Amino acid sequence: MHRTRTWKLGLLTSLIAAVAACGGSTAAPDSTATAGTTAPSGGEITLYSGRSEELIADLLTDFTATTGIKVNARYGDSGETAALLLTEGSNSPADVFLSQDAGALGAVRESFSTLPDTTLDKVDANYRDAEGKWTGVSGRVRVIVYNPNVVNSPPSSIDELLDPKWSGQVGFPPTNASWQSFVTGLRVLRGEDGAKKWLTAFAANKPVAYEKNSAVRDAVNSGEVALGLVNHYYLYEKIAAEGADAVKAKNQYLGGGDPGGLVNVAGVGILKNANNSSAAQVFVDYLLSTEGQAYFSDKTFEYLLVKGETQAADLPALSDLGAPAIDLSDLKSIEITQELLQQVGLLTK
Amino acid sequence: MVPAVIVAGASLSPIAYLVVQSTSRGVRPFVDEIIQQRTAELLTRSLLLCASVTVAAVIIGVFAAWVTTLAGLRGKVAWTVLFSMPLAIPSYISAFTWVSWMPSLSGFAGAFIVLTFACFPYVMLPVMAVFSRIDPSHEEVAMSLGRSPLITFFVVTLPQARRATLSGALLVALYVLGDFGAVAVMRHEVFTWVIYGAYRSGFNPTRAASLSLVLLVLALALTAAESQARGKQDKGVSPVRTLLRSGQSLAKVRALAAAVSTVIIIPSVGVPVISVVSWLQRESTRRVDTSDVVSSAMTSFGIGVAAALFCLLAALPVALMSVRHPSRLSRMLSAATYVTHSLPALVIGISVVYLGIRAVTPLYQELPMLVFAHVILFIPAMVTTLETAIEKSPVRLEEISASLGSSSVATFIRVTLPLALPGLLAGSALTMLAAVKELPASLLLLPTGWDTLSTDVWRFAAVSDYAAVAPPAITIIVLAAVPTAILGALSSIKFKSDS
Repeated sequence: MHRTRTWKLGLLTSLIAAVAACGGSTAAPDSTATAGTTAPSGGEITLYSGRSEELIADLLTDFTATTGIKVNARYGDSGETAALLLTEGSNSPADVFLSQDAGALGAVRESFSTLPDTTLDKVDANYRDAEGKWTGVSGRVRVIVYNPNVVNSPPSSIDELLDPKWSGQVGFPPTNASWQSFVTGLRVLRGEDGAKKWLTAFAANKPVAYEKNSAVRDAVNSGEVALGLVNHYYLYEKIAAEGADAVKAKNQYLGGGDPGGLVNVAGVGILKNANNSSAAQVFVDYLLSTEGQAYFSDKTFEYLLVKGETQAADLPALSDLGAPAIDLSDLKSIEITQELLQQVGLLTK
Repeated sequence: MVPAVIVAGASLSPIAYLVVQSTSRGVRPFVDEIIQQRTAELLTRSLLLCASVTVAAVIIGVFAAWVTTLAGLRGKVAWTVLFSMPLAIPSYISAFTWVSWMPSLSGFAGAFIVLTFACFPYVMLPVMAVFSRIDPSHEEVAMSLGRSPLITFFVVTLPQARRATLSGALLVALYVLGDFGAVAVMRHEVFTWVIYGAYRSGFNPTRAASLSLVLLVLALALTAAESQARGKQDKGVSPVRTLLRSGQSLAKVRALAAAVSTVIIIPSVGVPVISVVSWLQRESTRRVDTSDVVSSAMTSFGIGVAAALFCLLAALPVALMSVRHPSRLSRMLSAATYVTHSLPALVIGISVVYLGIRAVTPLYQELPMLVFAHVILFIPAMVTTLETAIEKSPVRLEEISASLGSSSVATFIRVTLPLALPGLLAGSALTMLAAVKELPASLLLLPTGWDTLSTDVWRFAAVSDYAAVAPPAITIIVLAAVPTAILGALSSIKFKSDS
């Protein structure tokens, strides 16, 4: 499989003057869909994935085995990938964008074609784009992760986080897309002024910035900070990796429509300029099939979004969470969120 | 001449993108974006980090150069190799190791420590080259006039390395301004982190581009200040045999030098290497596949060699022009290659994406485009090294060659090239290292489905799986350690046999 790669590298290094000649011709080798199956339907799609290879490589292998469609997967951070798609413009080689986050999907929604109703109908209308540009595939809920050794009774709403007793004790990932979607949700639910008021007070309480959710979770688990604003599944990932005994941290679910209990989705959209939109459609439908949904439930501890699928993991039911009622399409106004975060000095704090 | 102009133009191409992007909503919003209280704070924080690291790296770098050349320590080669080793450790890996070892380390202190210990070899190497070829008769004169060795060093030895020190300092300063890995892990809010945030969670390329342009102006100012401070062109120093200083009774000084050197090497090499190796002990749900690491290593190696080769070819005309045909234009061309050095690799990557997919669509997400980005990223170091190397080859020899009827090409191949060869090799090795370590541009421009060691590290670090980070991280360090060791050893040995 890597013969092409070696050959190309050799060519590149040996033929000094051949810059123009040595690229372009051969298709890039594919390291994800390794199953050498050339199934009947065949075809090939280029997937830009904001979800990590660790998370979905096996799913892609299953997909190729089932459908015979090869997947050239390009992995990156969801925001970076959205920025990449926007930078590439209409020449993008991507057929499908699988995003970790509704916000990133919103950012590129103008580049998506509209999905067919047969696809959209599988998913509860709360968890997809109102105009059918993209659909959610799996869901997650924002929680307060806390360390029971440090905290007896964790806050049950985001407003309790503003109490001076949590000063310097709350970890959050300022550049993370899920965090920013929470802030966008806060703006939608409480209005610009209400959101600004909360954020200003939050910033004044000296929250501690981390590069990403997992770092926040680890800081809470190690007792570096008492509380953290993250997604529910980071805890389950750590438990799966290190065993329940090794993990001290616990999740606090915020009910009663609290903005801190926002349910966000990972979702997918098909690019307007896709080279192979029919195969891309097969891929989207696979993600929403029983097989695809079971994968997310088992492997990522996320919530299933397709009606009628049963949750495998031991999670509080999606419908029992008391999550705030919000139109996920409203989470697309990320730039306004960012301006607000800039104003209150939280973007990189 | 023409090649030098093309190279300078190509290395300025990201600026075209930045100007288009930052003014995409008009000039007024661009100005508003920049004229903010926050920008001033950013500027202060970035400059403070930049200045502190540069000063510290110059002190450590000059000291290390002295230890490895003039101090007369035993095992010069070994010391040089050890001192060069930080070049083999990417700043993001180094920062991760510091944080895993000392979780409370963050902000300015963390970024300062990681960057200083990562950057001092950029000063050490060019200064070493000067120290090892310095005319010892000057020192002998000074000492025979009753000057102490220390005063002799500062009054006679150091001034001869002024240009080399300044070149190294500029590289450090630009490296610090453009570094993302260390400041992100240490959560120090300087330009690069804010630019990165604007891209990846803000989908606000306009703000990112605007701030990138501010960084550019900073880099320009630094580059101009450096070329001003460099002053008039030095005449090439004649190579002379290095004096053995065995007769001097410097035992105490040497013992002290060895002790201080050890104190430098522990945090710069010891901490990262030991931490990374200790990660192997951590639990991982993943079975690390040796063949994957090998395949990523081969990709990284191949890209590194290609980047070094093309970078050398691109830098050669620029360096030759600026040293051998000094003029306003040739100096501007040389400076042009520096300009983009302070831009985060992410910004260079994005601009190559933007321009590449539009201008040369068939090459998009193919290797040549990544190598192109690497050439833009790493040409400043190459030009600096080459300039220093070419300066050290006496003009007179070229003039003699020309007077004997050799063409300029023949003179270059038979006279200049052999004399500049050590510098040329050093520059190539540095570039290869940098390309193997490089992350953001590789993430954007690698052919789909390919992995390098650095993208493997990023991928596993993103899910905090340090046990899985360890094998590619160790491989990067080992892979980069080989040319680094050769580079160090060469720097140490080559000059002795030159005369």
